[in-house]
Amino acid sequence: MTYSFELPLLVLLILTAGGAIVVKDLISAVVILGSYSFFLALVWAWLGAVDVAFVEAVVGAGLATVFFLLTLFGTAPEDTLIRRTPPPIAAVIALPVLGLLLLYAADDLPAFGDLQAPASVHVSPYYLENSLSDTHTPNVVTAVLMDYRALDTMMETAVIFTAGIACWLILRRKAS
Amino acid sequence: MIHTGHESMIVRRSAALVIPLVQLFGLYVLFFGQYGPGGGFVGGVMLGASLIAGILVFGPDGQPAAAAKKLLKTDGLGLLIFAGVGGLCLIGGGAFLNYSHMQLPGLDDPTRRYLGIVLTQIGVAADIAVAAVSIVFSLYSASSDEVSDA
Repeated sequence: MTYSFELPLLVLLILTAGGAIVVKDLISAVVILGSYSFFLALVWAWLGAVDVAFVEAVVGAGLATVFFLLTLFGTAPEDTLIRRTPPPIAAVIALPVLGLLLLYAADDLPAFGDLQAPASVHVSPYYLENSLSDTHTPNVVTAVLMDYRALDTMMETAVIFTAGIACWLILRRKAS
Repeated sequence: MIHTGHESMIVRRSAALVIPLVQLFGLYVLFFGQYGPGGGFVGGVMLGASLIAGILVFGPDGQPAAAAKKLLKTDGLGLLIFAGVGGLCLIGGGAFLNYSHMQLPGLDDPTRRYLGIVLTQIGVAADIAVAAVSIVFSLYSASSDEVSDA
């Protein structure tokens, strides 16, 4: 059985994602979403993307949960209990069809670990062969992020700086 | 409830034990990012998260929150470090953020590359830690009815 690890993780992912939507209490939904992020981090680690798994666990499960909870504590208790209206009939029909179409399209994607996939033959071989001699950094992910694509990373840093400033400008209440 | 900190002895003592460990691990992740998983982003988030834990446990008037508030004055410093490294490379006659042209005397090319990545990682970490703490303070300020600080 080749899917002995993937299949339980996939089931857990779907269960936690569905649970976060179905549950009545918003605080429970936030906690379930945090556990969803942990399972997603396990999936990334299983696929070999350890850096992505690290970020998912720290940001998705840790920081985002804290932000959500702090936001909820700032609201009145009756706001965190939600009454969900049933979805419109068009969505019930259209969304499964969309899902089937996406599954059909996913058939054309290259298989996991395919050496002839476009992503594996374009620039990846250059990075794998030359990143150590170019940047003297053993971790290829760090070499790509901080050296080859340093300008992208700088702009991401600028985006996060802007997000912090924007939150401060929107949420701060002046002392009267 | 969140505006007074936590009064339980167990929570306060264990937080005092755990927070330095988280900070140590965050620094390890930050400086070990060139050899293993992690790097500036995760390291910065962990450093910020340790400060956030201090604010949550000891309250917004506690000693960790006072330290974090002082840290807010350095908002944007990380981005400045990152862009400053790029500027140093420009001064050295290379492309923006091409670390081998960084104008630092007495260093060979591998050391410059290494140092460039370390400095930019520190920049990213500082920026993200301060941004996370500032968002927490914003949420506190939004959720409090009477604001004490201007």
